[in-house]
Amino acid sequence: MVDTARQKALIEAVAEAVIAHAGELTALDQAIGDGDHGINMKRGFEAVLADVDAHAAKPLPEALKAIGMALVMKVGGASGPLYGTLAMTLGKELPAEPSRDDLVRALGAAIEAVKARGKSDIGQKTMLDVLVPVRDALADGGDVAGAAAKAAEATVPMKAVRGRASFLGDRSIGHMDPGARSSALIVAAVAEALGEA
Amino acid sequence: MSDNVGIVIVSHSADVARGTADMVRQMVGDEVPLAWCGGDPGGGLGTNVESILKAIDSAWSERGVAILVDLGGAETNSEMAIEMQPAERQGRIVVCNAPIVEGAVMAATEASGGATLDQVKRTAEELSPG
Repeated sequence: MVDTARQKALIEAVAEAVIAHAGELTALDQAIGDGDHGINMKRGFEAVLADVDAHAAKPLPEALKAIGMALVMKVGGASGPLYGTLAMTLGKELPAEPSRDDLVRALGAAIEAVKARGKSDIGQKTMLDVLVPVRDALADGGDVAGAAAKAAEATVPMKAVRGRASFLGDRSIGHMDPGARSSALIVAAVAEALGEA
Repeated sequence: MSDNVGIVIVSHSADVARGTADMVRQMVGDEVPLAWCGGDPGGGLGTNVESILKAIDSAWSERGVAILVDLGGAETNSEMAIEMQPAERQGRIVVCNAPIVEGAVMAATEASGGATLDQVKRTAEELSPG
């Protein structure tokens, strides 16, 4: 059961995790991208926080769609449409009171939507390299936050073939992907907020 | 409303987008609906869906709209903006896989002669390697 207070705490936990790590995300992006990931994500999640009471009052699917739209409009860069598509697809696929199985299925659908939006797949040093192992851990009943952190770490030796980082070719190797890191932060915040309830 | 396909220029930099639009206007004239946007929601370098939606509205033609983009985020945001359009518009907006400045000039030149959206896109994309 996701009630208003819990939903608010969940949204705040995710937004605050992203905002608190904006500097780190920007530093990662300066290494292999255009250095705006932290700033962009911070702006997007500040917009989400500004409307947190309205988001919390909505049924979960509607809240996810509204948050996704806010991210699309406010984040900018490629991350806005990618994270926006992720949230909006989860909103489309999840029932108001999801079970673990619902989450696994909805995350699978959201992963496919992100692949289509980014014309990307796993192994290409992107957020997908975190989201796919997270879905697998969720399906197996494993440690979701741990899987996310490990998966983000595993993007370090990968070579980017999508996005700005792909211009660097082999020089993208040796840095963690900023989108993988932000995805891991969000997953950890969700897992912690849900685990505490 | 113009009978010609409209052109939208989406760059990470407002200066690049504006300059590209200036070149199109000077080389092709005013017979083609033209709009540009650039910059993120905070005013820095980047692209954002909201300004792309406005640019599509501004350059809208019943013949369709061809979008020219620079880097990845411009393409992703443009595709998002297309999906957010009413259903009757969706099949009539395309992103061209072409260099932004040359592509915009070529696309607008083709459009000014009354070409279809498909012809405009193909002409712009002749500039792309591969």
